[in-house]
Amino acid sequence: MPANADRAHRLSGLLADNAGTLLQRWVQLAGAELQGRLTVAELERDLRELLDTLLPVAGRQAADVRTGADFTELNTVLTELSRRRARQNLTPTETASSVFALKQAVFELTEQDDDPALFRELITFSSLLDSLGLLTFEAYTRAREEVINEQEVQLLELTTPVVKIWEGVLAVPLVGTLDSGRTQVVMEKLLQSLVDTGSEHAIIDITGVLAVDTQVAQHLLKTVVAARLMGAECTISGIRPQIAQTIVALGIEFGDITTKATLADALRHALRSDGLSVVRRDQVGA
Amino acid sequence: MNHAVRETQQMDIRIDSDVVRVRQVVRECAQRVKLSLVDQTKLVTAASELARNTLLHGGGGHATIELVHDGRRSGVKATFRDEGPGIPDIALALVDGWTSGSGLGLGLSGSRRLVDEFDLASQPGKGTNVTVVKWAR
Repeated sequence: MPANADRAHRLSGLLADNAGTLLQRWVQLAGAELQGRLTVAELERDLRELLDTLLPVAGRQAADVRTGADFTELNTVLTELSRRRARQNLTPTETASSVFALKQAVFELTEQDDDPALFRELITFSSLLDSLGLLTFEAYTRAREEVINEQEVQLLELTTPVVKIWEGVLAVPLVGTLDSGRTQVVMEKLLQSLVDTGSEHAIIDITGVLAVDTQVAQHLLKTVVAARLMGAECTISGIRPQIAQTIVALGIEFGDITTKATLADALRHALRSDGLSVVRRDQVGA
Repeated sequence: MNHAVRETQQMDIRIDSDVVRVRQVVRECAQRVKLSLVDQTKLVTAASELARNTLLHGGGGHATIELVHDGRRSGVKATFRDEGPGIPDIALALVDGWTSGSGLGLGLSGSRRLVDEFDLASQPGKGTNVTVVKWAR
């Protein structure tokens, strides 16, 4: 039921006149939902901003939320709010509840009044708030997706340590799923570390890799060849039985690349080719 | 390939991380029908190859992962569909080492060796449909 354009919108006036008490009550109600996970000051600042942008459009229809030009500012404020909530680890329900809490506050304000026109305005306003609540859901989800994408990028860096396990021997323990992005990072880091440390041996350990398909194999092969071009010998270790059988069935040839079952074997191999061997102390003197 | 289907999962293959998701779903299904560790790894690897083909050569598409039963044994069936350019010469595409891109050329032919049933249908200009099944022993 649209508000008659000729007649003043009673509810809007009422809300504007009581903005102060309305805000206090809103903060109180919304705060109860959040159970102290946000400070009152924080919540008040957020809701004040929201109320300030909401009041000028309080008499509008829910359908205008997405299209109306005068809703742009409210949309921005709401999106920002949802984004902050997502980063503060609040649930989408908690985020939307903050918006819905205003209903209760407004109902309390108008409870004593039995003007049917005001009641109709109230219903329109209520569905406007519903639309705004839904909007926070969408904004919240988008914000979460951004967080996930950021984490993916961070994961690229995190999961590929190059460790020195002996003088002149570097090891890269690969874990989980290898996609092109990650293998690319591994390859670059390994080759750079070879230069930085002057190491002559590199061991790529794939014990933690769940599956080796042709793409992963190709990346591994390229890394080994690149390391060789730089004068380092590269060994692939940690090839588990099921991976070995899969590689054979796929038809991937590792050619003359040294492969070992475990990281320990690969280290022993590297030491040996440096002319070192590990022996028990009591056998040395004998 | 007519087998009783117990459960179906559909997913889109649009970006790189969808390939990872397909792999995870296939692994989970493979564990549920109690494939051996070797067979799990083989099926997951084949699914990974085919999903990547769908993405790279088909320009994206869909995967359907099903738990199937043929009366005696249960297995996992995976179907990959795209509406891409299709494969002009299927026999050639299944030759080891033949590649249209820069890969090893073992994805399609290798996948066939990793599974128990393999069905490839493709029409140039219309798209490609690959179905594979791995049975629990």
